[in-house]
Amino acid sequence: MIWRKKSPEPPAEAPAPVIPPAALTIDALGRKCPIPIIMLAERVGEVPVGAVISVLADDPAAFTDVPAWCRLKSHQHVESYELPQGGWAIHVRRQY
Amino acid sequence: MAYLDAASTEPLHPAAREALLAALDVGWADPARLYGSARRARLLLDQARAEIAEVLGARPDELSFTTSGTQAVHLGVLGALQGRRRAGRHLVVSAVEHSSVLHAAGVHEGAGGSVQTIGVAITGRVDLPAFAEAVAAEGVAAAALQTANHEVGTLQPVAEAAEACRAAGVPLVVDAAQSAGRLPIPPGWSVLTASAHKWGGPAGVGVLAVRKGTRWRSPYPEDERELRRVPGYENVPAVVAAAAALRARAAESAAENARLSALVDRIRAEVPRRVPDVEVIGDPVDRLPHLVTFSCLYVDGEVLLTELDKAGFAVSSGSSCTASTLRPSHVLEAMGVLTHGNVRVSLPRGIPEDDVERFLTVLPDIVRRVRQRLGVQ
Repeated sequence: MIWRKKSPEPPAEAPAPVIPPAALTIDALGRKCPIPIIMLAERVGEVPVGAVISVLADDPAAFTDVPAWCRLKSHQHVESYELPQGGWAIHVRRQY
Repeated sequence: MAYLDAASTEPLHPAAREALLAALDVGWADPARLYGSARRARLLLDQARAEIAEVLGARPDELSFTTSGTQAVHLGVLGALQGRRRAGRHLVVSAVEHSSVLHAAGVHEGAGGSVQTIGVAITGRVDLPAFAEAVAAEGVAAAALQTANHEVGTLQPVAEAAEACRAAGVPLVVDAAQSAGRLPIPPGWSVLTASAHKWGGPAGVGVLAVRKGTRWRSPYPEDERELRRVPGYENVPAVVAAAAALRARAAESAAENARLSALVDRIRAEVPRRVPDVEVIGDPVDRLPHLVTFSCLYVDGEVLLTELDKAGFAVSSGSSCTASTLRPSHVLEAMGVLTHGNVRVSLPRGIPEDDVERFLTVLPDIVRRVRQRLGVQ
């Protein structure tokens, strides 16, 4: 029972969570770490400061690594939304 | 080859090699029998037990030998739970315990028990108030906390956690595998486990100590060996060697710890200065003297380890990208730090300072090349 960080499961009755729109979506589904982070670092400059990038990833490492990248590079991790097909939409706000 | 992976296993201490060879000749007989050669083996075994007990702060009759640190943890955790069946079925553990603790917890869960995992700070140190609150709840059978984390070196507040456990009447299982022989064992444990090959003893010797007055019941079928706590024939020569190594380490530790700790401080300071986009993780002060871990952004940990091996450096990694495991390290994940590009450097006793300097010299270019291959500028 290795401990894993899990997103809270939505209540059974609730409708699927609505993922807010993002200025740019990076599709890193099927890509292993550290590729999702590399894709994010390459493209963060494409959106204006204050805009949100959505990183789609299903490597479990990305769930920890994208927020850790935000902390190291002083960007903001907004939220990670679970995708219906598995994986997450990890939202990052460009800060500078 | 510069060996920088003492946390996986410490090279055999010269004192242990000498003791092992001597004990192979005189300590081979069955220590449970009554003739001369058997009594000699018994004497060697009990003397080694007394010596190890003294260094670890236990009584000789509290201490049994297992075949590994992992077996000691399995017996320690499951035996403590078994001994407290009537009190409850709830186990409290930190999120960054060694996999042997978490796998024993998994067995407990599979048998209908419950397990509560307490989170850690970004340094890897357990949330002490949350741990204390959890052990004070109704129905807690046992709790487990490591002395120091095996992946990042952070020391855990074991004495404080033990105090909370004592107040709640809950036994605390302390896994001291990474610190035994290097640092004093913190007070307050009910069950203590350790592993001889981590302190320079031979492989195949673990230590399980059960404090007098602790309710503990072996999860295994009954056996007469090792004060009825561990089944199977004792490896007397290896135990004798383990004691010799521990005694030697305890005598050397003050001077050698200070030397290794200064080298670790140098690595902690120099790696982020020489390599861009690196984070040194774990507590910078409350840490093991010989271990440091850092994570490099935009680097595949397995490739980095392979390149370091080619350059003559043996290091380890908790990265998800390594080897067969598809999941990131549960320790790094619980801390919320980068799980990729992770390198653990752990210094063995007597390592030449020059090995560390050469490591610091070659690392920047190796990281740069690995990043280049991934298309990172």
